[in-house]
Amino acid sequence: MILSMLAEAWSAMGANRLRTFLTMLGMVIGVAAVVAMLAVGQGAQKLVNQTIASMGSNLFIVLSGGSASGGLRMGSGSTPTLTLLDADAVAELPGVGAVAPVQPGNSEVIYGASTWTTQVYGTSPNYLQVREWPLAAGEAFTDYDMRSANRVALLGGTVADYLFGEEDPVGKTIRIRNSPYLVVGALARKGQSLDGRDQDDTILVPVTTAQRKLFGSQFVGSVRFMMVQARSGDVMDQVERDITELLRARHRLNVDAENDFTVRNLTAVANAAASTTKVMSLMLGAIASVSLLVGGIGIMNIMLVSVTERTREIGIRMAIGARRRDILLQFLLEAIIISVIGCCVGVALGVGGAFFAERLAQTTVAVTSGSIILAFAVAAAVGIFFGLYPARKAAYLKPIDALRYQ
Amino acid sequence: MANPVVRIEHLHKSYETEAGTFPVLHDVNLVIEPGEFVAIMGPSGSGKSTFMNILGCLDQPTSGRYFLDGADTGNLDSDRLARLRNVTIGFVFQGFNLLPRARLTDNVALPLVYAGMPRNERNARAISLLERIGLAGHVQSFPNQISGGQQQRVAIARALSTRPRLLLADEPTGNLDTHTGAEIMNLFTQLNREEGLTVVLVTHDEDVAACASRLVRFRDGVVEHDGAVAASESGVPA
Repeated sequence: MILSMLAEAWSAMGANRLRTFLTMLGMVIGVAAVVAMLAVGQGAQKLVNQTIASMGSNLFIVLSGGSASGGLRMGSGSTPTLTLLDADAVAELPGVGAVAPVQPGNSEVIYGASTWTTQVYGTSPNYLQVREWPLAAGEAFTDYDMRSANRVALLGGTVADYLFGEEDPVGKTIRIRNSPYLVVGALARKGQSLDGRDQDDTILVPVTTAQRKLFGSQFVGSVRFMMVQARSGDVMDQVERDITELLRARHRLNVDAENDFTVRNLTAVANAAASTTKVMSLMLGAIASVSLLVGGIGIMNIMLVSVTERTREIGIRMAIGARRRDILLQFLLEAIIISVIGCCVGVALGVGGAFFAERLAQTTVAVTSGSIILAFAVAAAVGIFFGLYPARKAAYLKPIDALRYQ
Repeated sequence: MANPVVRIEHLHKSYETEAGTFPVLHDVNLVIEPGEFVAIMGPSGSGKSTFMNILGCLDQPTSGRYFLDGADTGNLDSDRLARLRNVTIGFVFQGFNLLPRARLTDNVALPLVYAGMPRNERNARAISLLERIGLAGHVQSFPNQISGGQQQRVAIARALSTRPRLLLADEPTGNLDTHTGAEIMNLFTQLNREEGLTVVLVTHDEDVAACASRLVRFRDGVVEHDGAVAASESGVPA
């Protein structure tokens, strides 16, 4: 029954090919627009999320300085007020997962005949955990290296490229400020940060080594900043308050004194960026949906014309025994077939268009199965919704009126 | 004795228009027994076509009752009426009313689709019906590829496909020349005599009416005459 009705609908559509094609075209354009726009939007979202994830999650950065001394406000990080002991104390706070103190500097690095100037971070092994940064090869330096201030280093991907090319850096010795450092591991690549810096252009050494042998420190154990990872996103506010309170107590600040450090919530910045792209993605989808709606109205329009044109046929069918639901199904099937075929072509076109846009505009697109399923569901719904009224109109004609229609 | 195929009691039909109510049929009473061949005649506007449409369950009376094969059609919903049109009644129109896009087999088999018969069976039945009316060679043709007389034969085959109890024909020869019309009437006569099919047909043509065994004449919405076709009139028209 349903098979012969499908064949029936197919032949009816074939009877007026140009019209069927044009109706379908409305659907095709609508679906293609939705799929392509969602792909572009979700691509942007994916890119931002990747960048955010590369930063590490639930992160604070605590910078030294930020105090006013004698009316002169110094910038953050300009006055050394944080120490390794501060970092150890912060690590003891309840909501804190890991803390990595950082003493940064820039230095020329030499391997064989190659030189490269890069950022050298003196930090602890925790840094890898806080930044959620896996190793590509070798091992991280250890607490033993920290205690002994050993000359060991982890190389970022970009540094490894410039110094070693195709060579495996692990186990080789590089020179930083004329001292030999053993490369114990290579960091996995992270790519660009949100502000466009190359995160792989860096070398990590033990913070103690940086303090005592590389850059020195203004006073014993001082660090420029530390990165703090909270255990979860829910405790971020609490952790921020706790860190402030703890450090004020440790630095013996009076109640009316300003903080001599700055706590920044990096995740909040990232979330803002993420929600912006999400809104953009939704906007794109919404605008594209309008064309889908217009396509649906096109189907309804044509089906109404088709019902009027075929009133006599409907009458004949009723006269030989078609029930209302047979007529209803016949016209509904036509509408659904048009919208579903239109949807298939539209999805193909949309996906193709998205990848074409990726090539052309050098952006990232993400075609998810979700967006394709959504497109199909919407197309079927549009077919049913906009097909139902004309189909009902046909089904509820009185047989004699339909037969007499000229 | 079996139920009469048709029993009509005090049937009225009027149309509502903006200008007022127009009565078309007035107190029609009629019983048609199985195996009868009834010709309905009357001038234009006498209500005979309206009466046929009511007989065919295409239209509903304003008042009065119509029993088809024992069932009171006034109490049936649209699905049950569709079923009657499908199974109990075969309807032949003046303008053939074949579906132009469908092949002859599909046209003949269409009522069987609505009856829910499987594809193979209904195709087989459609082909055997087409053979019987002498169109075996045109099974795959489309309606516009055959003559008017042939089209009307296909329409009759379609009406017969569900093996109805009652065959209704509204001026079946009206669009055909005399010779072809006579052939079509031969087919009706044959169906009535050899298979005992109850046939009711509307016609303007006395020669056509002469094929029937009973004549009902309408005038101004009432039955003016109801009786056997005179012996002298009976017979196949020339």
